[in-house]
Amino acid sequence: MKIGILYSRIRKDEKLLLSELRERGHDVTKIDVRKHQFGLHDTTAPVDDLDIVVDRCLATSRSLYATRFIESYGVPVVNSPETAEICADKAKNSLALAEAGVPTPETKVAFTKESAMDAIESFGYPCVLKPVVGSWGRLMAKIDSRSAAEAILEHKATLGHYEHKVFYVQEFVEKPGRDIRVVATDGEPVAAMTRSSEHWLTNAAKGGETEEFELDDEALELVEKASDAVGGGLLGVDLMETGDSYTVHEVNHTVEFKALNGTTDVDVPAAVVDWLESKAAEKTAAEALA
Amino acid sequence: MTEAECAECGATLDLADDLETGEIIDCGTCGAELEVIDVNPPVLDRAPELEEDWGE
Repeated sequence: MKIGILYSRIRKDEKLLLSELRERGHDVTKIDVRKHQFGLHDTTAPVDDLDIVVDRCLATSRSLYATRFIESYGVPVVNSPETAEICADKAKNSLALAEAGVPTPETKVAFTKESAMDAIESFGYPCVLKPVVGSWGRLMAKIDSRSAAEAILEHKATLGHYEHKVFYVQEFVEKPGRDIRVVATDGEPVAAMTRSSEHWLTNAAKGGETEEFELDDEALELVEKASDAVGGGLLGVDLMETGDSYTVHEVNHTVEFKALNGTTDVDVPAAVVDWLESKAAEKTAAEALA
Repeated sequence: MTEAECAECGATLDLADDLETGEIIDCGTCGAELEVIDVNPPVLDRAPELEEDWGE
């Protein structure tokens, strides 16, 4: 297949993908989005004869716009701009999960310090304040007291970008020192791992220790439902254990999988490329019918 | 193994053979983050600063 990779920075994840694609003899076009313009009818990016484009942009803003434009040129792109739009924003992400009946932490969004404080007090302490856009666990706050809440809200309102004036307040979930990351393709898990830490943030990017995790039937069903809720694609579904059940706190759309690949015996990039091949074949089949 | 010069401190870096444009390399001498601008021959420049909307 002829495949385009949208990127602005090549991480180990992209290297793994590129290596797998090239080993299989696919024709790979790397597209650095920083170097191109995206017009209403065409682009300087070489996308015309591609079977599929994979969005691996590091920056969410670039990902959102580039995928929207690429799709407008009639080129299939994964993940879709619709999926990206939901996953890029924690509030939209939470709403989509709740609307699909997927258990997700209780969440309130407020637009002023005063109403955010009311939301925080309604949850009680501790609770969690997150930016609606952001990743790698940055700018996440576990709020233990009213005085801490006042200080953080003041800082965000005064120093923050406008997106930090959308206050996303969430209940604190007492997880067992770990959460679960599942990489899935259209709801089908590739592999899963736990991320454990003494710290309340367990992200691999924050140094959480990883271990392979076997999903039970309930988790499998939740991963599928969570994937459907955001429009499917190559996704990272994050779950937390809540006693004898789970809650899904987030679905990520430009999922990093290098930590998972190093944790499991599953060849994650190979599974991702299997899936990309199937997506490209769907496009070829659709064209044959047209 | 190929070599390139650090754009920050001028030290010589040994680079892996599977180098990719857009990849980020840390300079072992000064610690700067460097972006691979070209692979043949390897050219390195200072990497962009971390931005708020970066990451998964």
